[in-house]
Amino acid sequence: MGKHISRAKWLVFCVSLLPLFWLVYALLSDQLGANPIEAVTRDTGLWALRFIMLTLLISPLRKLTGINEFIRFRRMLGLFAFFYASVHMLLYLGLDQFFDVQEIWLDIIKRPFITVGFISFLLLIPLTITSTDKMIKKLGGRRWKKLHYLIYLIVVLSCLHFYMLVKQDKTEPVIYLLIVILLLGFRVLSQRRRHQVAGS
Amino acid sequence: MWIRKKRSWHIPESEVTDYQVYLNRRQFINGAAGLAAAGAMPFSFAAKAPTGESFANLQQSAFSTEEKLTTYESITTYNNFYEFGTDKESPSTLAADFPDRSKPWMITIDGECDKPGQYDYNELIKTQTLEERIYRLRCVEGWSMVIPWVGFPLAEILKQAQPNSKAKFVEFTTLYDPEQMPGQRRRVLNWPYLEGLRMDEAMHPLTLLAVGLYGREMPGQNGAPIRLVVPWKYGFKSIKSIVRIRFVEEMPLTAWVQANAGEYGFYSNVNPEVNHPRWSQRRERRIGEFLKRETLMFNGYGEEVAELYTGMDLKRYF
Repeated sequence: MGKHISRAKWLVFCVSLLPLFWLVYALLSDQLGANPIEAVTRDTGLWALRFIMLTLLISPLRKLTGINEFIRFRRMLGLFAFFYASVHMLLYLGLDQFFDVQEIWLDIIKRPFITVGFISFLLLIPLTITSTDKMIKKLGGRRWKKLHYLIYLIVVLSCLHFYMLVKQDKTEPVIYLLIVILLLGFRVLSQRRRHQVAGS
Repeated sequence: MWIRKKRSWHIPESEVTDYQVYLNRRQFINGAAGLAAAGAMPFSFAAKAPTGESFANLQQSAFSTEEKLTTYESITTYNNFYEFGTDKESPSTLAADFPDRSKPWMITIDGECDKPGQYDYNELIKTQTLEERIYRLRCVEGWSMVIPWVGFPLAEILKQAQPNSKAKFVEFTTLYDPEQMPGQRRRVLNWPYLEGLRMDEAMHPLTLLAVGLYGREMPGQNGAPIRLVVPWKYGFKSIKSIVRIRFVEEMPLTAWVQANAGEYGFYSNVNPEVNHPRWSQRRERRIGEFLKRETLMFNGYGEEVAELYTGMDLKRYF
């Protein structure tokens, strides 16, 4: 069993890197259109959001299938979320603002979608730092769990960031938002059911 | 009568990059890149070739900039034309055959004028002296291009219609035809697209009715067959695929003002001092360039147009 899991982990790891490889390849072969910097920034942001959502898919998957092993992949997916979010952030800081601290600060305080995205990224940092076994032990399971509830706030803020930056046609961010509502709604429902079972 | 002044950036006709020269250069670069990457890349980098009819005997305009042209490929594949989808790439595929050139394209000019009329596009351009004008185009989204348009001053046909004293604004309307324009099947904007200019802006010699680019007839995705180009305003003011031009007394309620009056104003002059909630307007990325550049007041056309706005608070009338 353990061998299967570690093999599966390798597979998930490689698949999670595919978006990065694809972007690098598309960039080098001139397939990202007239504004490649914008395209890479947008895509890494989208992948960060998708990986955040994937971490939230693990619990429902476990409950619906009864296969507990899914939990073994969650940390890796979370770290990939942070990885893509970091690349997204670096592209913004470097290629959009050219590390002009004053411009970046003005952007953060004046542009609500940047404010929201920035907060969302900052909140990912403590979750990443506390992702190791050592840190879980150090914090204690309950405190660790409490801290990691932040992911619910992060996913909502990230969706909001996407929604706010789209100029007019909000279809795509609304689809993401609906999926997030579904993922969070599942938790509310299963929580309620547990209470009912406990109460009866 | 407008007197052409010689500007610092004016260049002799001979220095304007010819499309063929551009294409040859591009093919050379691609050839070299292709050789270098041979084996590694399964794709060819053939430059998108223009297909439209080319215009003969184009006058070179004294208003042209001498900046490096944005490539034909970028100009025709990175488009905001919501009538053909809200992403940048859709218009280049969905508008490839737009409009059906075998059918007449009629443009109505009416409203507060003494000589309203209907013009057939093909007849209209025969009566005009077409010129090439290389203008900067600045999009409200923070990117810009340098485009060699083909066209004639809007003032030419406005004067013919003889606007009366009630004509304070000019209103422009894009075709409404969800059959040909699939993007109109969804109400992303309040169709048909509507734009407007104040009378003096519309009569300004920089304001162009464009019918082509890179010496050829206008590609569908760029607003064929005829569109407005107002180089000192954000790109969305330069309405595409025009079917109606109307003189009106009241300020037109333009499509983007209807969509979001807090973010888009009627004037929408390029102004680095007035930020958009989504984009700082201080800098822009010129398509094809890595570094960003400072955005210029009135997109660098202040010398010509600033006087239209003397005494106006441009932060209020953004």
